[in-house]
Amino acid sequence: MSKIDRREFLKLTSLGGIGVVFASALPGVARADNTDEFYFLQLSDTHWGYQGPANPEATVELPRAVELVNALPQAPDFVVFTGDLTHTTDDDQERRRRMAQFREHLAGLRVPQVRLMAGEHDASLDRGAAFQEYFGQLRYSFDHKGVHFVVLDNVSDPKGILGDAQIDWLAKDLRGLPKSAPIVVFTHRPLFDLKADWDWTTADGSRAIDVLHAYPHVTVFYGHIHQEHHHQTDHIAHHAARSLVFPLPAPGSQPNRTPVPWDPAHPGRGLGVRDVDTDPRQPSYSLREIPLAKET
Amino acid sequence: MRIAALVLVLLAAGTNETPERVVQVVARRFTYSPDVIELQLGVPVVIELTSADRDHGFTVPDLGLRIDVEPGKTARVRLVPSKVGTFAFHCDVFCGSGHEEMAGRIVVSGPMPAGAANAR
Repeated sequence: MSKIDRREFLKLTSLGGIGVVFASALPGVARADNTDEFYFLQLSDTHWGYQGPANPEATVELPRAVELVNALPQAPDFVVFTGDLTHTTDDDQERRRRMAQFREHLAGLRVPQVRLMAGEHDASLDRGAAFQEYFGQLRYSFDHKGVHFVVLDNVSDPKGILGDAQIDWLAKDLRGLPKSAPIVVFTHRPLFDLKADWDWTTADGSRAIDVLHAYPHVTVFYGHIHQEHHHQTDHIAHHAARSLVFPLPAPGSQPNRTPVPWDPAHPGRGLGVRDVDTDPRQPSYSLREIPLAKET
Repeated sequence: MRIAALVLVLLAAGTNETPERVVQVVARRFTYSPDVIELQLGVPVVIELTSADRDHGFTVPDLGLRIDVEPGKTARVRLVPSKVGTFAFHCDVFCGSGHEEMAGRIVVSGPMPAGAANAR
């Protein structure tokens, strides 16, 4: 199915009762005949193991997301989870149990590849030890169809920083690229000060942005804030994705960052995944938010 | 006793200042006690922070303050409030499920109007 066919399909159909709408779209040119174009999905903040009033049905959201992805008319090239795969626990055994369960759910995804990264709930209490046992490296990069992807770790240090070594690593990782290379960065926490008094920041994130700033085609996708959000630092776009457990309030919209109250009349409201159509030749990224539940 | 008193006087004479106010704050998962710190505009204060359990942080982004709060140590932050208002602080060292709620506020009040202390 061509990209345009896929888009039309998404516009017109409901996937097994899961409503699909176009919540946002950023400028981008789609060409159905270009094989270099591809799309990936961003899923975030599943918090597997969470039990609380913000989502009394938390155990259904991850399977539902897997179902949604598998029902798409064309599989994405890959799925990326931008952190907080599991909800934190003080019990090391329980942390590993949650990670094992999460991995079992991932096995049901019918996609060519899954890319994972940690959030503070996965990695801050043990500096990423369990995460690395179950899911691999905390920071890495890879290339896909002309786009250079970088996964940054701003969570395994419990202070929520990248650290000198990682910023040096980032600079070296990018050094061999042509300046015109399309670069996509995945992080858990925002690299910029979105709302520092809610801890929606990375204390040394500006240093990473300084490194990235030398490259004209950089886009950042992140999680942590449990809602769609778009921000620009000069030419670098930063896009936060919805969560798969509970939404958080808009930055500064209430005195504290307590979750949006659960609405039993609209379970799953505010949750969703993101479809990113990628054209490496522009480069451009066309985003659409796919709600997990039908939104009225 | 007399010697101790003398030393105290000498110290006071040496600094020629009133002792700074000290506010003690205990951090423990997932609260600060107290979680509201009331200060007066222009009056120096030292906030002394200790941890009752594990590593925490104390950060006040709007005042540009941040310090680690670790068990067995006393972290001290000295400040002279220069503006009236309410300034949120929170723990910025991830400390478990509930970390996101570990927060409080500093409330800085202006000087009392002249004569207010004797108004009653």
